[in-house]
Amino acid sequence: MIFEDIKKSLDQQFPDLVLVAGEDPFHFITIALNKWSRLARFLHNNKDLKFDSLHCITGIDNGPENCLEVRYNLFSMTHRHWLEVRIELDRTDPRLPSVEQIWRTADWLERETYDMYGIIFEGHRDLRRILLEDDWEGWPLRKDYITPEFYREMPVPKDKI
Amino acid sequence: MEHDVRKSSDNIIISSLDKLISWARSTSPWYFQFGLACCAIEMMATAASRHDLERIGMMPRSSPRQADVMIVSGTVTLKMATRIKRLYAQMADPKYVISMGSCATSGGPYWQYGYHVLKGVDLIIPVDVYIPGCPPRPESLLEGLLKLQEKIRHERPISEKLK
Repeated sequence: MIFEDIKKSLDQQFPDLVLVAGEDPFHFITIALNKWSRLARFLHNNKDLKFDSLHCITGIDNGPENCLEVRYNLFSMTHRHWLEVRIELDRTDPRLPSVEQIWRTADWLERETYDMYGIIFEGHRDLRRILLEDDWEGWPLRKDYITPEFYREMPVPKDKI
Repeated sequence: MEHDVRKSSDNIIISSLDKLISWARSTSPWYFQFGLACCAIEMMATAASRHDLERIGMMPRSSPRQADVMIVSGTVTLKMATRIKRLYAQMADPKYVISMGSCATSGGPYWQYGYHVLKGVDLIIPVDVYIPGCPPRPESLLEGLLKLQEKIRHERPISEKLK
């Protein structure tokens, strides 16, 4: 299915769903936060779309003045088509529904996004840090992150040694 | 040891216990089998048939209790650093540490902006031999290990204790 057809079938199912659509470099749609949970289930279950594979979840920080963003790269093994879904989040309280129970691979991907950006995936059954230590403070890939001077009495920046 | 050995006709070797112990230690420094990053691949290559660490008496041990040498082979993240400290404490004396590659020595490519990397493993445990390289070739690691053996061979464990 080509992107125009995917978009048409989404428009039929959810009117006013797609805020922005384009190609950069993959075909993407930007949607509102509150539609994501229903859309995810539809993308996964609809027999014409059947996005059965979630390739990647990316967190993006657009700068201290701007929003956080999450991008999902979906692929259909059955129909061989791609779609990128973008969702913009409020910086002060970044929350969005988890898709961990729809695509099982989202389990670790969401944990990593949480680990690096502090984005909370509501409904995730085991949302804790995956790469960093549990007692780590802050979200390292955010633009306004300040590197700690010491971690468990070990110096972190070079000039502290 | 070679210089002091006097051979009698009855196959008796006379040496000092000091030298015997340090010679025995130097020829069988078993290393702790664990790797941290890409340096570990070179360490595996060094242990494999072409370079063959066992010909200089080095054998991998999977438990810190049985190991004499810890080869810190790769990037020491802060999360791993706490584990390394504990593993080093679990090793029995005498114990030696080799810092392999630029990451373990100084943080490597993460020395400036790595929020998660310890800038040199010598900040948490004492290091005997540093091996430069990114990653060091097996020849470099072998050179470092032979240097460590040389260092161990020049130790005098008993006379140092009696001092």
